[in-house]
Amino acid sequence: MTLLQARLAGVLVDLNHPGHYLHWGFIQLSVANLVVIVLMVLLFVAALVLPFPGRRNRS
Amino acid sequence: MSRTVTDDSRMWTARLRDRAVKALPPEKLLPDRQPAYVASWIYVFGVLTLSALLVVVASGVILALKGPTWWHTSGIGLFFNSLHLWSVELFFFFMVVHLWGKFFMAAWRGRRLTWVTGVVAFVTSIGTAFTGYLSQQNFDSQWIATQAKDGLNSVGVGAFFNVMNFGQMFIWHVLLLPAGVGVLVALHIAMVRLRGVVPPMPRRSGQEEG
Repeated sequence: MTLLQARLAGVLVDLNHPGHYLHWGFIQLSVANLVVIVLMVLLFVAALVLPFPGRRNRS
Repeated sequence: MSRTVTDDSRMWTARLRDRAVKALPPEKLLPDRQPAYVASWIYVFGVLTLSALLVVVASGVILALKGPTWWHTSGIGLFFNSLHLWSVELFFFFMVVHLWGKFFMAAWRGRRLTWVTGVVAFVTSIGTAFTGYLSQQNFDSQWIATQAKDGLNSVGVGAFFNVMNFGQMFIWHVLLLPAGVGVLVALHIAMVRLRGVVPPMPRRSGQEEG
């Protein structure tokens, strides 16, 4: 990756700042952690509903 | 008076070997087939966690071999530093989904020791990751250490576990805690092989067949 490409990528996801935080009363959660939790929940649901390859052939 | 032992099967090595092979014969230790109910994506997250752990250990061994100057300054060193971090992220990501899946299956049914070794391995992994963040040698690690010391002092373990002591935390991270995680994961997998993968919940009486 050239320096220019790295800078362009940095425009899309600029990490050069303090993290964003969400507050609900005593609960404090970073947006980055919330994204990870949402991804985990989505993957969990997908693992339950998506068919597993070759399942029908099994006894 | 000398005593001649002719029956080797009475020796402790033979008895231990017999017990081990009887409990976990090779075909049970590395089976070719699994029960039909294992054919679901939710059963994949255990082995994904294990795979991520292997990358964590391999990249950690390379970092330990080359040292901090290498991983802080050279391009390849930074790559392995990042590989170590991101494989840890995936390790916890997969482990949490694995935990959710097993929790909703009530996977402790007939498999208490499997569940307990998994829980303790999870807690030990958190400690290993925490000491890893302390070993970064940057402002972030200093911030984490100064915040954590108050928490650990408040529960009375500050005298034994000094997060401001880099050398102590580094050795916990590269030796003591990984050894603990390794032993616990090995026990966890041995218990899975011994007791088998937990079957689905039994159908309630009156429940229609799906």
